[in-house]
Amino acid sequence: MTETVEQHPLSKYLRAAMMPHIWCAGCGNGIILNAFVHALDELQINLDKLVVVSGIGCIGRAAGYINVDSFHTTHGRPIAFATGVKLANSELEVVVISGDGDLFAIGGNHFIHAARRNIGIKVICANNFNYGMTGGQVGPTTPLDAFTTTTPYGNIEHPFNLVHLAAAAGATYVARWTTLHVRMLTMSIKKLLQRKGFSFIEVISPCPEIYGRHNKMRTGLEMMEWFKKASVISNFSDPAKAEITPERIVIGEFVDIQKPTYEELLHNKMAQIMKGEGE
Amino acid sequence: MAGEKTVLTGVHFMSGDIACAEGAIAAGCRFFAGYPITPATEIAEHIAVRMPKVGGIYIQMEDEIASIAAVIGASYAGLKAMTATSGPGFSLMQENIGLAAMTEAPCVIVDVMRGGPSTGQPTLPGQQDVMQAKWGSHGDYEIIALAPSSVQEMFDLTINAFNLAEAYRVPTLVMADEVVAHMWERVTIPSAEEIKIVNRKKPSTPSDKYMPFMPDDLVPPMACFGEGFRFHATGLTHDEYGYPRTQSSETQMKLVQRLCDKIRKNADKIIRVEEQMLDDAEIVVFAYGIVARAALSSVRKARQQGIKAGLLRPITLWPFPEKHVAKAAEKAKAIIVPEMNCGQMVREVERAAKGTPVFHMPKLGEEPHTPMEILEFIRRYGR
Amino acid sequence: MPERLWRIPLDLNKVSRPKAEIHILKDQCKGCGFCIQYCPKKVLEESDEINARGVYPPRVVDEKNCILCGFCTAVCPDFAIFVKEKQCKDGC
Repeated sequence: MTETVEQHPLSKYLRAAMMPHIWCAGCGNGIILNAFVHALDELQINLDKLVVVSGIGCIGRAAGYINVDSFHTTHGRPIAFATGVKLANSELEVVVISGDGDLFAIGGNHFIHAARRNIGIKVICANNFNYGMTGGQVGPTTPLDAFTTTTPYGNIEHPFNLVHLAAAAGATYVARWTTLHVRMLTMSIKKLLQRKGFSFIEVISPCPEIYGRHNKMRTGLEMMEWFKKASVISNFSDPAKAEITPERIVIGEFVDIQKPTYEELLHNKMAQIMKGEGE
Repeated sequence: MAGEKTVLTGVHFMSGDIACAEGAIAAGCRFFAGYPITPATEIAEHIAVRMPKVGGIYIQMEDEIASIAAVIGASYAGLKAMTATSGPGFSLMQENIGLAAMTEAPCVIVDVMRGGPSTGQPTLPGQQDVMQAKWGSHGDYEIIALAPSSVQEMFDLTINAFNLAEAYRVPTLVMADEVVAHMWERVTIPSAEEIKIVNRKKPSTPSDKYMPFMPDDLVPPMACFGEGFRFHATGLTHDEYGYPRTQSSETQMKLVQRLCDKIRKNADKIIRVEEQMLDDAEIVVFAYGIVARAALSSVRKARQQGIKAGLLRPITLWPFPEKHVAKAAEKAKAIIVPEMNCGQMVREVERAAKGTPVFHMPKLGEEPHTPMEILEFIRRYGR
Repeated sequence: MPERLWRIPLDLNKVSRPKAEIHILKDQCKGCGFCIQYCPKKVLEESDEINARGVYPPRVVDEKNCILCGFCTAVCPDFAIFVKEKQCKDGC
C-alpha cells in the first residue's frame, strides 16, 4: 500500500488554484469532470484549441476547474455564447458543460436552436433533477411526484425527456449515461469530441445533499445504487421511450448521425459569395 | 476577398441603418448576431448582404439574449462584434450587457430607439432608452453611449464606438433613434487610410505569466480563446487571474471600482460634444440625436431675433459631459432640454447645471420637436 | 485477445499478472465511498483515521487483489485515488 501526497496523473488538466472544487461529498459533478478530463487525456486533445463554456449552477463551476480557455456565462446562456465562439473561430473545439436547469429551463430555447442549426458545439448536461445551487427547487427534469423545496407536496409537472428533446431538435449525437457508468461515459465523451455536429450527452448525476435528502436517498451511494438497480442500456432505441422512473432508467447512445454543420454550410456559402457566385 | 471593398470610399445616399452597417464593417467588425426588430432590422439586413463578402459572420439568433451572448463569445474568440436592436430587444439584452461589462468584452450594441414602454410604437421615434443605456443592467458599472444625429454620424459614430469598445474593453452603445436610422442622407465615406482604427491591447507577457484581469493603466490587455493563454473569465466577481472570489469584499471593491474608474477617469478623453454659439449664450439648448437638428435651427432663428441662444449637443451621452454643461450653465439664464421622452437626460443636466434653471420639453409620438416649438421656448425664457 | 481462453497459454510461465500500486490522496477525499462500494475486488475499505476534511478516506485492504481495472480512478469525484501498474523487477 502506498499512501502519498503526490499528484494525480490528471491534475495537469485542472487549475490547482481552484481546487478543491465546491461540490458536496457524493455529488456526481466531480465524476463528470473526471470523465471529461479522462477523455481529453485519452484523445490527447490540443488543449490550446479547446474552450469550455458553462452556465450557472453547481456544474457551472466546471469551466473554471479545467485548465483551458474557459468562460462562465450568465444563467442559461452558455450555448448562445458558445455559438459566437464557434462561429468566430471554427478551429476551436467548443464544449458546453452545464446543468439541466441552465440548459433546459432558462436556456431551453438556445439548446433547441443550436441543435436545429447543427452548430458544432458539444453539450454535456449534468442532470441532477433539481436546482442544487439555490437549495433544491423543482426543475424541468424533476420527476413527477418528487419532492423539492418548491414542490413540498410532490411534483405535478411532467419532466422533459432530454434525449428525446435533443434528438427531435436535430442533434447529431445523443447519449445518456449515469455517473455510475463512468466507462461508457468516458467513451461517449470521446465520441462527442470527435463528432463534427451538435452533440449532446445527458449525465444522470447524484445530488444527495439537496435532491436526495428530499427523496429518501440521503447519500451519494444511495443514489448510485438507484442508478445501478434501475439502469437499462438500450443503445439506439427510440429516445421517446427512454424513461427515467424509480424502477427504470434507460441509458445508452440514441442518435449518431451525420449531416452538414452550420459552420460548414456557412463557410461554403461564404466561399461562393466571395468568388462572386450565388447572387 | 475577390476585390470586395471593406470601406466604400466615396459619396453615397443611404439610410442611417445602412450607414451604421457600413461603419461597422469599415471599423473592422466581422461578427454580427441579431434578431429582427423595427426600426433596426435594416442594419441586420444590410450586414447579411455585406458581411459574407468581406469574410465576416452574420447570424440571426433565436432572440436578443442569444444575440448579445453570441457577440460576447465572438469578441472573446477575437473578432470585433456587434448587435443591433430596439427597445424591447435592448431590455432583453441588459443582463448580458452587464456580463460584457464585468468580463470586459469589447462589443458594440446599437439601439435604434422607438416609442416605449413595452411594444409601444415600433415605427415611431423615441429617446426613452437613454437612462436604460446607463443603468439598464444590475450592479455598478460604466458603459459608453453615443448619440448620432445624422446619417453621416451613424457611420462615423459606429466606427467610434468600436474604437472606444476596443480601447477600454467596454460594451459601447450607439443610441440612435428611428428618424436618424430611417432617414436617407448624403454620407461621405473616407478612404480606409483616413479611418482611425483602434484594436484591443494584446498581452506582452508569456502565457504562463498572463493574468487576464491585471490592468495596465486600468484596462487589462486581452488574450483571446485559442491563443494558448488558457485563461478563465467569469461573470462572478473575480481576481486578476479571472478566478471567482465570491466572498471577498476587497476583490469586489477593487474590481467594480476599476470597472467604473476606467471610464470615469478617462471621461475627458472619451467625451465629445458639439457646441454652437455657446460663448455668450444666455439660453442654452441641450439636445441630442435627431432633436438636436431642430434645436440648432431654432438657435439660429433665435440669434436672428437677437436672443443669445446656443446649442450644446452631447455626442457622448455616457459618460455624461457634466463639465461642458457646468461651463455653459455659468453664463446661462436658462437651459432648455427638448427630449423625446418624459424627462430623462434633463435630470443629469439639472445635476450638472448647479442651480441654473433647467426647463424640460417632453415630446412623444410621431414627430420630433419642431424648430418652431423649441424657438417658442427659447423666446419664452430669453426675454 | 480471444474472448475465452481455450487452452493454457504457452507463455504462462513467462508472464506474471501485473501488480497494482494504489495511490490515495487522503486529504483530497470527501468520503463519498464510491471507490470502496464499486471496487469489483473489494480492495478498499473505509479507514478509521479522519482526514483534513473531516471524513474517513479509503484505505487499501490488500493491494495484491487489485486487478488494475481503474474504476476507482474513474469514479472518484475528487481526483483522490489512482492506480498504477507497479514497475518492478522479478520478485516484487
